[in-house]
Formats: sequence, C-alpha cells, structure tokens
Amino acid sequence: MALKYSPTVIEHFTKPQNVGDICDADAVATEGSPACGDMITYSMKINPQTRIIEDVRFRSFGCASNIATASMATLMAKGKSIDDIKKMSHRDITVALGGLPAVKMHCSVLAVDGLKSAVKQWELEHGLVSDDNHILDRTAVTEALKGVLNPRTGCSLIDAKLINRMEIDNDEGRVFIEVMLCELDERFAENIEEEIREKIGALEGAQKVLVQFKPCEHIGKHLYF
Amino acid sequence: MIYFDNNDTTPLDPEALESMLPYLRDKFGNPASLHQYGLEAENALDKARETIAAVVNVEPKEIIFTSGATESNNLAIFGAARARPDRRHIIISSIEHSSVSEPAKRLENEGYRVTRLPVDGMGYISSEALREALDDDTALVSIVMANHEIGVIQEIQTLAEIAHSRGVWFHTDAAQALGKITFDVKALGVDFASFNGHKLHGPKGVGGLYFNRKARPKRLMEGAPQEFDLRPGTENVPGIVGFAKAVEIAARDQTVVIPEVRRLSAKLAGGLSTIEYTHLNGPPPEERLPGNLNITFLYIEGEAILMHLSNRGVCVSSGSACSSKSLVPSNVLTAIGLLHEEAHGAIRFSLSRFNTEAEVDEVIEHTTEVVQLLRSMTAFIPKMHSEREGGKGFYRKR
Repeated sequence: MALKYSPTVIEHFTKPQNVGDICDADAVATEGSPACGDMITYSMKINPQTRIIEDVRFRSFGCASNIATASMATLMAKGKSIDDIKKMSHRDITVALGGLPAVKMHCSVLAVDGLKSAVKQWELEHGLVSDDNHILDRTAVTEALKGVLNPRTGCSLIDAKLINRMEIDNDEGRVFIEVMLCELDERFAENIEEEIREKIGALEGAQKVLVQFKPCEHIGKHLYF
Repeated sequence: MIYFDNNDTTPLDPEALESMLPYLRDKFGNPASLHQYGLEAENALDKARETIAAVVNVEPKEIIFTSGATESNNLAIFGAARARPDRRHIIISSIEHSSVSEPAKRLENEGYRVTRLPVDGMGYISSEALREALDDDTALVSIVMANHEIGVIQEIQTLAEIAHSRGVWFHTDAAQALGKITFDVKALGVDFASFNGHKLHGPKGVGGLYFNRKARPKRLMEGAPQEFDLRPGTENVPGIVGFAKAVEIAARDQTVVIPEVRRLSAKLAGGLSTIEYTHLNGPPPEERLPGNLNITFLYIEGEAILMHLSNRGVCVSSGSACSSKSLVPSNVLTAIGLLHEEAHGAIRFSLSRFNTEAEVDEVIEHTTEVVQLLRSMTAFIPKMHSEREGGKGFYRKR
C-alpha cells in the first residue's frame, strides 16, 4: 500500500525540527513503546513565571509520520503556554501537516499526548495540580478511548460511536469494552485491541482490560474513506 | 533509481515484452474461436503451456493459466476442499503468504479445522510437526516453497511424502521459487503448485497452477470450459506468452544468473553486517532464496528507513507494522521468534539479475547513513536488546 503523504509531512520527515534532548530540561516525557513501534520522547524548558514553553525537543522511534508529527508538534508548542497545550487536539497537528493518511492519524494522537504528558508532569512537580484523580470511571475510560482511532477512517472509536458496551469493575480494576467491528475493519482488529489495552491499561487502577468485538453492518458514512 | 524490491514485483524482461507485443497488436484472436485468428492464439497458448511444463518437468495438460499466484492458491485450497468434502481439516504453515492464510481462515470460519504449523528460528517447518498434525480428516496440506519475506526454502519433497502417506493432497505456493531456484515438480511429488509471472520478470496479472491426475480441484468460477474446465474466461494470451518467455529465459540463464544473484546478495549482507546492532532474519544467504535478504536494524523503525532510502532512490520493503496493511508486524517475522520491536526494524532487500555490483555498493553506503541518521534521533534507548537468543552476531546461530 503506497502511502500518500502530504508535502509538509515529507518535509518534516526529511528535515525534522527540534531533534534531540535538552540537557537541563524542566520536563521529560515518553509516550508509546518499542513494542508498538511508535514512541516519542520530549524534553522541555518551561518558564515558571509565564508558564510558557521556551524550548522543546524530541526523539522518535517510529515511522515517517511519527517523526513528522513530533517535529510539527514541537514547532506548535514552542512559545505556547501550558494551558494552550492542554487545549491542543491531535487534529491541530494533522491540519498543520496538510493532512495525514487515515491509517497514520494515530501518530498525531501520540504526538499531542506526549506534549500533554510532559506538561502534566511539570505541573505535578511544581505542585500546580494534584495527582489524586484516580477514579476509574466511565469518564476516564471514555477519555482514554478518544485516543483510540479506527485506522481505516482515522476517527476515534468514541466519535464513530463504535463502543457498544463498557463495563467497569472498580474493585477488581477490570474494564470490559465491546467494540462494533464491520467486515472492512476486521484486518485491524488486532491493532485496535492492542491500542485499547494500551490506552486503558495506562489508567490508574486498571488491572485487567477485556476487549470483545461484535460484528456489525458497515457504518455508511465511513464506508468510502 | 536502484530497485531492490524484486520479491514484491520485478521489471518486465525486454525479451518477454517483445514476445507479447504481436499478441497485443495483430494476433488478437480468442483461443476459443474456430477461425484463423483463434487458431493463432490457441497455438501460442499451447506453446506457452509446453514451455512452462518442460521447465518444471510436468505434462502440458497439467498446467492451467490463472491471473496470478493469488488466484492459483485460492483455486488449490478452495478447489481441493470442495473436491474432498468429506475431509474437514487443512494444514498450512505459520509463514504463508496471505493468499494462502486468508483462504484457510475463510474455511475456518466455515467450520473447517485449520492447523498452522510452527517454524523454527530460521523459518523451517519440521517433518515431525507435520506428521503429528495429519489425520484421516485432513484434505490438504499447503506449504510455501520459498518464503516471500525471509527466503527460507522448505524440504517440499519430504513434506509431500509425509502428506501422501496419509492420503492427503499437497499444495505448494511456488510463486517466489519459480525462475529463482531449480526444481522438478514431478520429483517433488506435489499435487498442486502455484506460479506467478511478475516475480520473475514476466508481466503482472498472469500465473499458473499445476495439478495432477490424482488430484483435481473443483473450479471456483462458472463459465465457458477454458483451461481444462477449471478456469473459465478468455485467456490473457499476451500475458501468458510473456510469462512463458520469462520462464524460458530464467531456465536458459539459470546457471549464470543464480550464482551471480547469490554473490551480489551475499556481498550486500556482508556490507550491512558491519553496521552495529543489526541481524539477518532467516537462513544464511547461501541457503535462502537467491537475492533475498531480510535484516533488522535495531532501535529504529522500518518505514522510516524505507522512506529515507526511497528519497535517495533506493527501493526496498519493510516488515514493520507501519508498513503492513493491518498495522501489526509481519506474521513471518513473529513466527521465527522476533520481538515486535525487532520486526518493526526489519527491511527486505531483494535483488534480481538486473541489479549490479555498483548498486550493491551504493545501497550499503546509503543504508549505513540512513541507519546512523535515524539512530541519532531515536527515542528507543538500547538497554535489554544487546543480548539476544542466537547470539549478538549478524548471522544467527541455530
């Protein structure tokens, strides 16, 4: 499958901006893992008075769009306040890159999640937020699932209303998710399952994540993506 | 441009192209027609069948033409299953091409039992495992002759004998093997063998299936009785003529070409082996499909390597999840025991007789630079991967 990357993606992949580490960084965060083949590490300088990101650099283990989205993310983050970062959406990066193939949309989620992790870590260290929001509830799980995209359409499972059932057992830390899967998405089942496990598994208190697929008819509006 | 992706597809041989042109121009007849044009086309078809049959040592009436190895594999698997409806078990290997594993999966969904034989760290299937998997319910065993990713060549003759000892039909997907290694289908003793034109400098959209008198598959499509009533539809005469020409050329030049392609890929392996944290996936060069190499560059990702090489005019392919259609790493690489992070960094270099030594030198240089560039910016910090099963070296120990 030849991938059609936009000229901006190619440009950022070939000549990535802000590559490397900041030695005396105020915040460092890694998103993703080697097993997923998708991993970004950011290091940031944050001004404690203005809360502005004065410098940010990245390292990447991933494909061309992983490198390009991380490069674009650093350009967009530099000079912004930490509140701006919190409001950033993966779509902002996608738009700035002139679009991404649907199957690569998850790279922009990783790129923006990494920035948010770094900012959150900085806030925690500076006592600006407390880390007591540990309740494993529908809101937290839904929020996590917003980061899981259907690789065929590039839409999140939540936006595409593909979550059929969600059961949370707080005592045992067990989360059960049933996803609607049409025939066109069958080849991505393994990937979707892995992504759900990873995203929900990262939530505090989640011990066991069970994923089940329910065959369904094509959902019309996504059919021709 | 340097094309090192010949296990994907190959450039058309100029001689094969020449042989096709008359059938795209003046000799446009339908082999089924009774007039002069039809006869001309039918003669070309017969000649092509004889050429291919002679090269693989079978009877011309045992070869049918298809649209390629995917169709041949589907016809062999579904056709064999339907021809022996009383048997409801299929055996394949865990390193088959999707045109074998997907038909098997469909049969599984229809209620068949499917056994997927494991392979060892080099990709070899054990005869013992096959013997144990066979039972009285087994309809077909389908094992790839030469694997498309790691180039491992199976002991088809031994495996076919084991299947036959239990009265089970044996199919081999020889799409990658034809024209690159020499084999004699009669001596191998298989019941079905799938071939492809575009993997050996023939045209795309044409392939073949060998079947023998003992094992006749049921046809999958209905229509007119072309191809011994096994494959309806007017034959792709120009494609078939080009395919036969490509097979003829491969057979004619094999004594020169095969050692030369082997020499080039061994040189490439040698050059790339000097890069740190790099290892060859699958058997050593002298044992595998000539021209095929599959190499993991640890700590970096295959699609990024591929794209950088492509920007430098070098065409290769990758086993990483990012370059796959399902976003999971290659089933072949995980079957031989690679960790996901090792499969993500895998690149396949596949050479043909149209490649040169100068190209090999250039690719070694470009790859070394690209690997260095990507490693200089990787987020994957080497910790646990300096030691691995089979040793640290480029060539793995068994």
